[in-house]
Amino acid sequence: MDKVRLALRVNGEPVDLAIAPNRTLLEVLREDLALTGTKHGCELGECGACAVLLDTRPVLSCLVLALECEGADVVTVEGLAQDARLDPLQEAFSDCGATQCGYCTPGFLITAKALLDERPQATRAEIAEALSGNLCRCTGYIQIFEAVEQAARRISDE
Amino acid sequence: MMRAGRFRYHVASTVADAAAALADGGPHARLLAGGTDLIPNMKRRQDTPDLLVSLRHVGELRGISVNGETAIHAGTSLDDIVKSAAIRAVHPALHRAASQIASPLIRNTATLGGNLCVDTRCNYYNQTFEWRKSIGFCLRGPVPDGICWVAPSGRRCWATASSDSAPALIALGARLTLLSREGERDIPLEELYADDGACPLTKRADEIVTSIRIPSRVVRSTYWKLRRRGSIDFPALGVAAAIRPGPHGVIEDARIVLGAVASHPLLVPESQLLIGRTLTDNVIEEFAEGAARHARPLDNTDFAMTWRKSVARSFLSGALRELRGDDPSTFPLLARETALRNGWRFE
Ligand SMILES: Cc1cc2nc3c(=O)[nH]c(=O)nc-3n(C[C@H](O)[C@H](O)[C@H](O)COP(=O)(O)OP(=O)(O)OC[C@H]3O[C@@H](n4cnc5c(N)ncnc54)[C@H](O)[C@@H]3O)c2cc1C
Ligand code: FES
Ligand code: FES
Repeated sequence: MDKVRLALRVNGEPVDLAIAPNRTLLEVLREDLALTGTKHGCELGECGACAVLLDTRPVLSCLVLALECEGADVVTVEGLAQDARLDPLQEAFSDCGATQCGYCTPGFLITAKALLDERPQATRAEIAEALSGNLCRCTGYIQIFEAVEQAARRISDE
Repeated sequence: MMRAGRFRYHVASTVADAAAALADGGPHARLLAGGTDLIPNMKRRQDTPDLLVSLRHVGELRGISVNGETAIHAGTSLDDIVKSAAIRAVHPALHRAASQIASPLIRNTATLGGNLCVDTRCNYYNQTFEWRKSIGFCLRGPVPDGICWVAPSGRRCWATASSDSAPALIALGARLTLLSREGERDIPLEELYADDGACPLTKRADEIVTSIRIPSRVVRSTYWKLRRRGSIDFPALGVAAAIRPGPHGVIEDARIVLGAVASHPLLVPESQLLIGRTLTDNVIEEFAEGAARHARPLDNTDFAMTWRKSVARSFLSGALRELRGDDPSTFPLLARETALRNGWRFE
């Protein structure tokens, strides 16, 4: 298959590649850009492990063809920390035990990041709704909701 | 890694450009809107297009206007529809259907046009290529002699119509505009659907859904969805109901539609019989019993089919009671939970 040129920004850095049209954003992030923080789960849109921000909206990178991201701004979990400082969500996930095996965590962080950017005062019901496309087999979700609430408080205190 | 087969990729800049690319591309060209149905289907080799025409940069396909008549461009994301205060106020059935499609992550990319054209589903078909190969595939191919595993003696495909927005929009009396290189035509939404699981749409492959229009008549409407989990899952049953009450609660118009119980969204013919009547308990129960007879769920989706049929009756009755103004907390358990779930989320 003929490769097609693709230019986008990933975590603020310009990226220029040549790829086959059938490759998803998930594959390109993990395999070409070695950004393996974004997880490869079901590949069919059912688990949320592959969520990334595409022009500030959280989307499933396993369902987005990489070529659809021409000119776009993509943020992965690697892009959340600012210099050496973790994002308040990352700190809160660690403090609240919102991570066990950790496979779902990058997807939750990205989805929660988009929620708090849009609604810093999100209620528990809004948090549950926003995260309802992310599956976690370990935590039982409560710690995740608590972590998002704690991060929201930290952000508003800053 | 499951990966789609090979295809060429064209980024359309305008609707006219997309129509030309589709017409030139022939029968194996497909539109790519959000890709949330098409990409999984391509990964499983249920669909093997050789050209994808991307609508992502076609700005003219996005937007909602509620100004008397409601017009929604086909490329509008489901998330934009869910967040539209006007849609929520004027067309609750559409708001509720859209807000229960897939998950919030999917609704950020998924479009309304893609939802109306979403492929039919079946437990024997929505499987990986290797899975389907192990049972000798099915009537839908790719081998020519496959059988339908749901109804092996027949020669038709019974895959289930699985769009949530289609029943809601049909109940609301929506029409849609189709555009191709040959020109434009306008049809009632129910005419988009053929009762054939393998070939569910009546439109030509080169026609693009450009807009969906809902008339401004004042109606009360709702949508009830049955699925295993409160998120992500496709409907195992959908009931959309829209009524126009006149003076003294006498019904002037009624359109009740069943989803996920046939290969097309099913506009219940007895809806007409509600016109001129008021929604008394007897009228509701009689209607629900008759309308549920049209629901012939097969063993090709989630839950036991006999149970789904019984839920159809209970949802039909619950939806009409809700439109009458009953308090959902008095409904039987499943109906109560369904009604409250609609409300809990967004109102
Ligand atoms: C995990 C998961 C859960 C899901 N749950 C649900 C659910 O609960 N309810 C539900 O209804 N759907 C569900 N879906 C299916 C899908 O996400 C939605 O139907 C979505 O709205 C499809 O829109 P899209 O823009 O992504 O379509 P695409 O995948 O881009 O397209 C779907 C089909 O429509 C055609 N098409 C797209 N736009 C147009 C147009 N303008 N004119 C003509 N043809 C067009 C495409 O060529 C393709 O054949 C689910 C999907 C996944 C992966
Ligand atoms: S890997 Fe994308 S949703 Fe599961
Ligand atoms: S921490 Fe293991 S899946 Fe969520």
